[in-house]
Amino acid sequence: MTTMAAPTTELAANGRDIRPGRIVTWTLLLIGGLVMITPLAFMFSTSLKSAGQVYDLRLIPAQPTLDNYIKVLSDGRFLRWFVNSTLVATAVTLSNVFFDSLVGYTLAKFQFRGRYFIFLAILSTLMIPTEMLVIPWYLMSSQLGWLDTYWGIMFPGMMTAFGTFLMKQFFETVPDDFLEAARVDGLNEFTIWWKIAMPMVTPAISALAIFTFLGNWTAFFWPLIVTTSRELYTLPVGLSSFAVEQSIQWEMIMTGAALATVPTLIVFLVLQRFIVRGVMLAGLKG
Amino acid sequence: MTSVATQSGPARGAGLWDRLTIRTKRVVWAWAFLAVPIVFYAGIRFYPTFQAFWLSLTDWDLLRPASFIGLGNYEALFSDPLFWRVFRNTFTYLIIGTPVSLVIAFVVAYYLDRVRFMHGFIRALYFLPFLTTAAAMAWVWRWFYQPVPIGVINGFLGTVGLPAQPFLRSVDQALPAIMATAIWAGLGFQIIIFMAGLRAIPTTYYEAARIDGLGEWAILRKITLPLLKPTTVFLVVFSSIGFLRIFDQVYNMTTNDPGGPLNSTKPLVLMIYQTAFSSYDMGYAAAQTVVLFTILLIVSLMQLWVLRNRA
Repeated sequence: MTTMAAPTTELAANGRDIRPGRIVTWTLLLIGGLVMITPLAFMFSTSLKSAGQVYDLRLIPAQPTLDNYIKVLSDGRFLRWFVNSTLVATAVTLSNVFFDSLVGYTLAKFQFRGRYFIFLAILSTLMIPTEMLVIPWYLMSSQLGWLDTYWGIMFPGMMTAFGTFLMKQFFETVPDDFLEAARVDGLNEFTIWWKIAMPMVTPAISALAIFTFLGNWTAFFWPLIVTTSRELYTLPVGLSSFAVEQSIQWEMIMTGAALATVPTLIVFLVLQRFIVRGVMLAGLKG
Repeated sequence: MTSVATQSGPARGAGLWDRLTIRTKRVVWAWAFLAVPIVFYAGIRFYPTFQAFWLSLTDWDLLRPASFIGLGNYEALFSDPLFWRVFRNTFTYLIIGTPVSLVIAFVVAYYLDRVRFMHGFIRALYFLPFLTTAAAMAWVWRWFYQPVPIGVINGFLGTVGLPAQPFLRSVDQALPAIMATAIWAGLGFQIIIFMAGLRAIPTTYYEAARIDGLGEWAILRKITLPLLKPTTVFLVVFSSIGFLRIFDQVYNMTTNDPGGPLNSTKPLVLMIYQTAFSSYDMGYAAAQTVVLFTILLIVSLMQLWVLRNRA
């Protein structure tokens, strides 16, 4: 019986017919997805409620108001933290795109003694957790005057083994002929890398850039340790201190959380296709 | 060798650079490209690693210069009941969090992969939490877990006639409550990776299985899961490392008593943070980081071992 039925099932899987089983699956998936975004929905809804309405747990606010946003934004702290996070994440991302690609390219396309050793040495740093390095970094920062500075927040992440490995994998797919042709034309090696090789691996570069930015934008542990003055907090650290200070004023805390989440969420939603592709790329290669 | 090389640049004359062979020039370029990265990896990765090992053998506390005390920190750590409590908590996050999140992620990915209608929209719903800031969402979840007039979850339990739960105020429920937040945040990533893995399985396998008359369940057990093993191993390790390093959620959800109530939620990284940056007991904290490093190393080596067995 089942043997006879099998070919039709196969056809049906490719067709557009609608069967009850599929509708149930689809509905369950949708419900699950809606549950997933419930925290985000409530965060946003509560940020639009006044202090008196917080106890009313309806998702759509009875009288939505932007007062919380005006209050939270009025003293400029969030703006400052937002600028700090943007600055730090952007600088670290640019550095990673430059150096991880340069090292990945060198390891993929140059022949020299010690190449394999350098590759293994860089790869081995993947085994070392950040938590183990923060105490020496803290000591180093206090000796060199990097505590409570932008550089202090950024320096540990300026290059990563993961990024180098990812870029090396992709540069290995670039045919040598292109590079040789450029050499015959008399271009120097740096120009060949920057002008010829880099444009050929743009999907990898965008994946690396998105990952690095996201990772640094949401980073909490090291910025919490290295920053002590409010002006230098990044957005996650600033939000955490703000929430502690607000104690039980949940509508204010939710407004802060929304300010820390929503702008980037919109940007990432626009880039979703690239991010999903990037996650798949990195997950399969890494 | 030299005959190929000398074709390059003697024309331009006496400069040292021009007298180098093409091959040598390329080696010089390579090391020039690597110069800054080598300084970075030596100074910001390797030197601090050795320093962490060294500091773990000292009693350094920021005030007095460090003096060597041998394995004193490790002896103190292994006889510290708080450490064993924290050790147990950390592994509870790992041992419950990893399988639960992976099973949910697989089930969603398995069915979502076949959905065509509004596929992108539903995928976005699951993926969105992955793009949020853990520190911010920890506060949203903390609010969800509040007692009756405020908390959303207790409000919901009340409407369906169930008793209110203490969640973050209970020694038994606080850890699972925080773990749920971490699972929620990581699910989107795992679903995407599982879907990539599922798509990498050639459809011919499925067609052959159907012709042989295998049912849905048999196909899942005999074809999908075995072929998905590399993806699963990667996710098990990735998620295990994440749970072993859990910090942001715990720190933000228990600010009035970090790791509380009664240390029932405190993971290793929070203990490290407090030892180093609240008590400034740097040597002792360094020993704790070495223990964390050892645990993570074992997990990573187990991954290599499992994958090697397969090949």
